[in-house]
Amino acid sequence: MPDLGKYAEAVLSSYAVSIVLLLVLVWLSVRRAKRIKRQLQDVESKVKKHG
Amino acid sequence: MSANSIWEYANPKKFIQTTDRVLPWISVLAVVSLVVGLIWGFFFTPDDYRQGSTVKIIYLHVPSALMAINAWLMMLVASLVWIVRRHHVSALAARAAAPVGAMMTVIALATGAIWGQPMWGTWWAWDPRLTSFLILFLFYLGYIALWEAIENDDTAADLTSILCLVGSVFALLSRYAVNFWNQGLHQGASLSLDKEENVADVFYYPLLVCIAGFVLLFIALVFLRTQTEIRARRMRALLARERMG
Repeated sequence: MPDLGKYAEAVLSSYAVSIVLLLVLVWLSVRRAKRIKRQLQDVESKVKKHG
Repeated sequence: MSANSIWEYANPKKFIQTTDRVLPWISVLAVVSLVVGLIWGFFFTPDDYRQGSTVKIIYLHVPSALMAINAWLMMLVASLVWIVRRHHVSALAARAAAPVGAMMTVIALATGAIWGQPMWGTWWAWDPRLTSFLILFLFYLGYIALWEAIENDDTAADLTSILCLVGSVFALLSRYAVNFWNQGLHQGASLSLDKEENVADVFYYPLLVCIAGFVLLFIALVFLRTQTEIRARRMRALLARERMG
């Protein structure tokens, strides 16, 4: 760990905030992608069944 | 690639097939670039003689600010394609990019505030660049809200495209505010073709790797989210057809 001196709090909190926000963005995007893909498959199979 | 072949990707099926193939590679490259760039910048670069260790915030602040502006410019191009050629994929790509751009703007504003506090003695100042960035963020929120508020996809695409054109003024202002108004707390551009103005090489190379990581992450997320928007649109169309028939 590098010696960040008196600015340690600012540097570490910048990294923490940014990494958390990026991870949240990726997680929300992947979760919605999976959910919509599954829902579309359900709707398509229902439509096919009803002709 | 000929001009004609570009428009093949306006076909939703072709877009999903192609992006499905490249998405894993872009995602892996994005993660590798981000991990290498951030570790390099955080652990293996020296402190700045003026800014001390806070210079390490540059590896997050500059790439996120760049992407906040460029995401809007990408949305502008996609919106113009929608207005001129009525390709649904382009309108949906603009819609998909908006939350990613908004998050990049939040990261740029947050890291800027955290960096500003020890350097300027304040979290926020009504400085030209900071203010135009805040307005850009509000445009992102307005753009996302407008898409959600309008039920008809084509009407939503039309109105959001116009909003995107208007907001582009602020995207450009955010980029060039420092040059337009030579005042305020914010320093000049960190990246410049002018060697004198550019950051020192020791900070520049890891910064380039981080920028590459942010660009690749943005592309990966926009591809994934555009696929999702295409599927959601198809689902709405199927459900509407079923209700009517």
